[in-house]
Amino acid sequence: MEILLQQIINGLVQGSIYALVALGYTMVYGILGLINFAHGEVVMVGAMLVLSSLTAMLGWGVPPVLALPISVMLAITGCMALGYGIERIAYRPLRHAPRLAPLITAIGVSIVLQNLAMMIWGRDYHSFPQLFANTTHSFGGAVINDIQIIIFVMAVAIMAGLMVVVHHTRLGRAMRAIAENQHAAQLMGVDVNRVISITFMLGSAMAAVAGLMVSANYGLAHYYMGFLLGLKAFTAAVLGGIGNLRGAMLGGLLLGLIESLGAGYIGDLSGGFFGSNYQDVFAFLVLIAVLVFRPSGLLGERLAERA
Amino acid sequence: MSESKIPAPPSSAGAPRAGNPLLEVRDLQVVYGGIRAVKGIDLHIDRGELVALIGSNGAGKTTTLKALAGLVHPAGGQIRYEGGELHSIAAHRRAAMGIALVPEGRGVFARMTIAENLLMGAYSRSDKIEIATDLDRMYALFPRLAERKYQLAGTLSGGEQQMVAMARALMSRPRLLMLDEPSMGLAPLMVQKIFATIRDIAALGMSILLVEQNARLALQVAQRGYVMESGAITLSGSATELLGSDAVQRAYLGG
Repeated sequence: MEILLQQIINGLVQGSIYALVALGYTMVYGILGLINFAHGEVVMVGAMLVLSSLTAMLGWGVPPVLALPISVMLAITGCMALGYGIERIAYRPLRHAPRLAPLITAIGVSIVLQNLAMMIWGRDYHSFPQLFANTTHSFGGAVINDIQIIIFVMAVAIMAGLMVVVHHTRLGRAMRAIAENQHAAQLMGVDVNRVISITFMLGSAMAAVAGLMVSANYGLAHYYMGFLLGLKAFTAAVLGGIGNLRGAMLGGLLLGLIESLGAGYIGDLSGGFFGSNYQDVFAFLVLIAVLVFRPSGLLGERLAERA
Repeated sequence: MSESKIPAPPSSAGAPRAGNPLLEVRDLQVVYGGIRAVKGIDLHIDRGELVALIGSNGAGKTTTLKALAGLVHPAGGQIRYEGGELHSIAAHRRAAMGIALVPEGRGVFARMTIAENLLMGAYSRSDKIEIATDLDRMYALFPRLAERKYQLAGTLSGGEQQMVAMARALMSRPRLLMLDEPSMGLAPLMVQKIFATIRDIAALGMSILLVEQNARLALQVAQRGYVMESGAITLSGSATELLGSDAVQRAYLGG
């Protein structure tokens, strides 16, 4: 019973990070019908930017209360610029090209970013500095620490903020209008290119925050971390129904739970044959199962004509 | 192309030709999917005029409207609107300049509510109070929409969607309203309703370019008309002249 509660807590925390990243995939897909496979690398760049600026500032004697928000803002700004640049360079020139073309440039961008990150930050794991005493709270036999609480609360707040933007602002209406009918949106006076750029920047800002969360949660960052994380977040977006914002959030949380519970119980269920290091397998089992049994995802309605 | 293609001036009915038309199109050519869909047409719309552009399916009427709205780029010719050349101006900028197109198939945002659709119409405007007043005006003009404000537009009937599309276009306070086949796919009763509304809007002084396959209906509400055939304008004149013309009678009015 304690294990169950503990795995649910871990799953929700990890899932809320997946959800933030999945939103980036699903927003871009919803508007452009394009899977931005470089999105995982933006998360990695966000983590690296936070880490290196944080480490540098702490080294100069800047107090953590100041260094953390500054480095987060730096990472968000950097990732927004990166997201904007990716769209301008790799996707916009191919807006009217066959679907396969931007998919290939996406993979290209992803490889370029990984290699650039390796050149800048090296192949080593970078550890996240200890900024404050990370108190652990126990209840019902399970434990949760401050960082996990902060991650979950921040993720929920960001998602709520995004929903308000999308559903109750002029920008959000423009985004939804483009997602439905680009020509009609133009006829309303929407500058489609501008809104697409803003969408990439919004998704990248969330990716930067997710990068911070992942590296704070595990205490580590690495130039290769974006690849698997990106694939899992993409899986979460597909699970929820790609193109659907609520779906991305639901898919992220569910995927976190499935992984965590799977890893927690796989040892018992297989008589010790498989260990929790098989955790990553669950995400891809989920992806395959969704693609086979419900390709439109849990909340998705329209995938066929866009995939 | 030569200057001799300026359309014949209206003779009897309709507003007299002003020196400075709202929209003046000269030698407009559009190549669409490798086909010359519009082959050098001339037309003009004066302020406050309702002009019909009629012709059979595939004549190039929709392509002409798309070129005027900026959704397709002409291969040649001039489009002057309020005295300025539109050529290099993007579609979204044209919308802000007061050119509104209700596209063929209506183009309503099905997954948005009616209220949100109407707000999209006012996207280029920033005068919040006036927008709220205009919303009320639209609901007064189309009471059916008022009852369904918070319903998703995709759940409406075709006629109701046409109302949404028209109200949405009016929300931009256009100075030129272009309507592409507003009667298409609608029940006769709904067609009457939509055309009564078009007449009402025109009576308020709106300049309208109406594209229709239903020539009789269009010419009954219009002051002037153009007949388009395979990418070229073959006839033009006052609506009464066209209604009475043998060629139009035979080709578009069934006798």
